[in-house]
Amino acid sequence: MTRRNVWVTGLAMPVMIALLMMAGSTSVAAADQAAAANAEVKIDNFSFGPQTVTVPVGATVTWINNDDIPHTVVSTDGLFKSKVRDTDETFSYTFTKAGTYPYFCSVHPKMTGKVVVQ
Amino acid sequence: MPDKKQALIDQQLQDLNNDGVDRRGFLKCMAWAGTGLVWTMSGGIPVSRAFAKGYGQDAGKGKGADFSFVQISDSHIGFNKPANPDVTATLQTAINKINAMPHKPDFIIHTGDLSQLSKPSEFDTLDQALKGASTKQIYFVPGEHDMLSDNGEQYLERYGKGTKGSGWYSFDHKGVHFVGLVNVANLKAGGMGSLGHEQLEWFEADLKGRSASTPIVLFAHIPLWTIYPDWGWGTDDSEQALSYVKRFGSVTVLNGHIHQVMQKVEGKVSFHTAMSTAFPQPEPGKAPSAGPMKVPADRLQRVLGITDVNYLVSGRSLAVVDSPLGDSGSSASGTAPAPAVVGSTLG
Repeated sequence: MTRRNVWVTGLAMPVMIALLMMAGSTSVAAADQAAAANAEVKIDNFSFGPQTVTVPVGATVTWINNDDIPHTVVSTDGLFKSKVRDTDETFSYTFTKAGTYPYFCSVHPKMTGKVVVQ
Repeated sequence: MPDKKQALIDQQLQDLNNDGVDRRGFLKCMAWAGTGLVWTMSGGIPVSRAFAKGYGQDAGKGKGADFSFVQISDSHIGFNKPANPDVTATLQTAINKINAMPHKPDFIIHTGDLSQLSKPSEFDTLDQALKGASTKQIYFVPGEHDMLSDNGEQYLERYGKGTKGSGWYSFDHKGVHFVGLVNVANLKAGGMGSLGHEQLEWFEADLKGRSASTPIVLFAHIPLWTIYPDWGWGTDDSEQALSYVKRFGSVTVLNGHIHQVMQKVEGKVSFHTAMSTAFPQPEPGKAPSAGPMKVPADRLQRVLGITDVNYLVSGRSLAVVDSPLGDSGSSASGTAPAPAVVGSTLG
């Protein structure tokens, strides 16, 4: 009985290691995919570019303010709200659910944009 | 344009000539460097003048003026980018100009964007600079830059004690009713400036019972007339606010926000925007955005707080000359008993 258990254990260990490795590589691959899907929105000349950005669920969108004037990134539905972002400052938000998320600059509300999460 | 109308306008412009301020004079003054607007109340009608030019001679109290006040705007303390790396110094220049005026203004109105980022240190610097003004009474309204981080709580604590809502209020001065309005709070996506229902209700009630002959001065940060919607240069519900002042014989609207002089007259309502003490902004639509306009350093002083001249004569029928957006030419849009006249974009 003891021997058999050892054998099972002996057999199981490499399998488990392999499984762990696979799991590890799977998560690395997922991270790579997410990284590739993350998006950046530039604030230039009082506008968000691109105005509509489409990302997969789990992606992080980062806004960077390239203007000489401070801006904000505020979800129209109240989901997210950045602090005031001065020149070169960024704001990031990770989208965990599919949907369409309109946002605007609360300082200059003519500035509007949209994040589509698929 | 019918010849008769043109003749009337010519006659009226001639009247202005007789007052020593002709159209050439207007334009010359518009290109003159000042750092604020001087307002002189003459017979209940506000008259604006360039800071140091002629003030105290033909526009000062010495010639029938009842009192004067100064408008400054858009100090943006904390801004340090190339368009003006030292906005505190240029504000100081504005204050020096005020202090040098031969007739001390009764008060100063600051039409907002005191700070760049609503930081306590920025407000501190502004306060310190304004302490140097020999005119101690200063009235404020907030700009959007003054309400960036805390829904304007700090602004209200410092500059809005005793005001209503997000900082609106009114006061009377020597027979003139002044109303400070806030159109930079709770802005909605896709919109422009906004007064909001609560403030509009208050404003309507505030004017009730006042005689139609009371001169009214409204001041707010963002223009209360639509200058350029694409850049948000207007106030979504200003029309409703202006409907409340229709019965008054003289209404003057003073705004900032666009960092340049613009004027327009609509019936008895005269609209003016002031220059910034910090940095200029482009003419509407003439740049990719409304961002700070960089000018050569030796020109900066000339585009900050450049004052316009709007000569308003009480009790006369004057031509109303309205300059359309983006067109330096003028077109007459009719006559009005008072006030007058002349709008033009700078340059």
